[in-house]
Amino acid sequence: MASLMVMGLIAVFLVVQAIPALRTAGLSFFTTNDWRPDDDPATFGIASMLWGTFVIAAIALVIAVPISIGTAVFVNEYLPSALKRSFVSVLDLLAAVPSLIFGLWGLFFLQPRLSGTSRWLADWVGFIPIFKGNGIYTSSMFISGVVLAIMIVPIITSVSRAIVAEVPRSLSEAALALGGTRWGMIRQVVLPYSRGGLVGASMLGLGRALGETIAIALILSFDFTRSLHILQPGGASVAGTIALRFPEALDAGRSALSAAGLTLFVVTLLVNMAARSVVARTNRRRGGGAEATGAKGRA
Amino acid sequence: MTTMQNAGSHGPRRGSAVSSLVSMARQLAVPGLIAAIVTGIAFATTRLSGPFGMFVLWAACSLLGLYVFTRRSQGRMAATDAVASVTLGFAALLVVTALGFIVGFVLLKAIPFVRLNFFTQTLEGIDPDSPATQGGALHAIVGTTAQVLIATLISLPFGVLTAVYLNEIGGRLAGVVRVVIDAMSGIPSVVAGLFIYSIWVVQGGFGYSGLAAGLALAVLMLPTVARTTEEMLRLVPGGLRESALALGAPEWRTALQVVLPTAKVGIVTAVILGIARVAGETAPLLMTAFGNDRVNVVQTATEPQSALPLFVYQQFTSAQGSAVDRAWVGAFVLIALVLVLFLIARVIGRSKTARL
Repeated sequence: MASLMVMGLIAVFLVVQAIPALRTAGLSFFTTNDWRPDDDPATFGIASMLWGTFVIAAIALVIAVPISIGTAVFVNEYLPSALKRSFVSVLDLLAAVPSLIFGLWGLFFLQPRLSGTSRWLADWVGFIPIFKGNGIYTSSMFISGVVLAIMIVPIITSVSRAIVAEVPRSLSEAALALGGTRWGMIRQVVLPYSRGGLVGASMLGLGRALGETIAIALILSFDFTRSLHILQPGGASVAGTIALRFPEALDAGRSALSAAGLTLFVVTLLVNMAARSVVARTNRRRGGGAEATGAKGRA
Repeated sequence: MTTMQNAGSHGPRRGSAVSSLVSMARQLAVPGLIAAIVTGIAFATTRLSGPFGMFVLWAACSLLGLYVFTRRSQGRMAATDAVASVTLGFAALLVVTALGFIVGFVLLKAIPFVRLNFFTQTLEGIDPDSPATQGGALHAIVGTTAQVLIATLISLPFGVLTAVYLNEIGGRLAGVVRVVIDAMSGIPSVVAGLFIYSIWVVQGGFGYSGLAAGLALAVLMLPTVARTTEEMLRLVPGGLRESALALGAPEWRTALQVVLPTAKVGIVTAVILGIARVAGETAPLLMTAFGNDRVNVVQTATEPQSALPLFVYQQFTSAQGSAVDRAWVGAFVLIALVLVLFLIARVIGRSKTARL
């Protein structure tokens, strides 16, 4: 019951704190790019941040989802059970590393080693707008996205692994018995059978990515523009802005940051709820027409 | 490819699974070598740099080579299978190497500056340009201890009660509670910080304090404790419960005197995992604990307090050379703390499953 109350309280108090800012900004809160709530006149809105948040999350998902699902399948279908357990420990450990450490590591280890690759991408495929370069390849949304990808791999992998493990052995062994290769079995049985759950797992990763704060605050160089050039410095994220701007913000600024926090709260809540319901629905459907689904996948 | 087909999909036939891994590695040898040469040429001619670009290119070339080789000798299906198997293996390898690189890099950065005074001194009176081996994080360590303690004291009873409710009592509301707990575990930590800032620091008028930080951490810790405890309660054999009920014990006494004591070790594990999750949180502390250069124990409830992650973040963002080094030491202590907590939970958890 207490948890119910806490969730309600979070919503109520964020709203209370955000009201002054929302009253000042009105609907322009969702369309303005700039973030200068303490100026007079104040102009601020979360358009650019929300944009940046989703772009970075999208980069993270594009990298993390194949790696996670690949890992989950590999652990389940290839690794002997003794190694399987230690691998799960490794995943749990990776999930337990604080995001601050990920941020520092991304900034000092990954960035110097990744910016050369960014430059190479810009040199050769820079004609595609998102890969356009301007000579500087640090503190970009791309690097933030890569770090974020590593951070969300554990959650996507562990949820996917649980889902892949539930594919009935009778189905996968039938595929092998028919002379299929192991990959054939994975592609025709395991993946189609667990598709819904894997989508849900990826959405849980998305929810995690949207709320990620300190790592992005450390890596990204914030500017409040809606940019598509992921290799160049710049961009913004909602959570990162809250952490970066909070210490020096005045009352109006803090109210505005609370409004941004409220938006983030609502967005992550929606994404997580949707993800959970997708996972739950997959499990339910399995309870009923499991064999039929598997058979369709093979046909 | 016969080894791969023979290895059972889930079965414990360890020998065949290992040999399939070995055969994967062997098949990769020749294409890997050719790919290395191609990658080298690409580096020399296209200004590609950076080990990650190199690895991706090398992996892509080896896979292509592997496909071509296997297809010539064993046909298309075997070739696809080999390429897919190796790709999946690469993905898993990447995850392991990432963890290794992170821990290794922090270790490498921190080791030259680790001194005992890091644990015994504070930052009080430390000049910005004094060397990193001077001054310490005693105040931060004390702060983190106090905050985690507060968070545990709050989230332990609520978490365990929620778990008992979900697992032992149930009812129509249990589904709703489970959804809410799930949603709560997805709250971004910075939002939890803003929430406590609003309800406690501003509306409550209590100002920044270690207690506020503890409250924010409790919000983040509660779902972890509740979920893990619930899983542990599920391991308690139903026979125990039924015996208690059959002896005439009411439901609440069964839960309190039979189920919870049996799951004691599991609950300890749940708390340790919860602590490991929140001990490294930085964002919520910015707007609750705020930071302090002195040791603050007595006034935990009323005055700003430092914390280990906050110390690392603030030292790091101050961007002076020695402060950054000090931040690395802090990061090292933080990661060591989380890893140790985690290992303890594992060891306890293992002895628990062995006993059941």
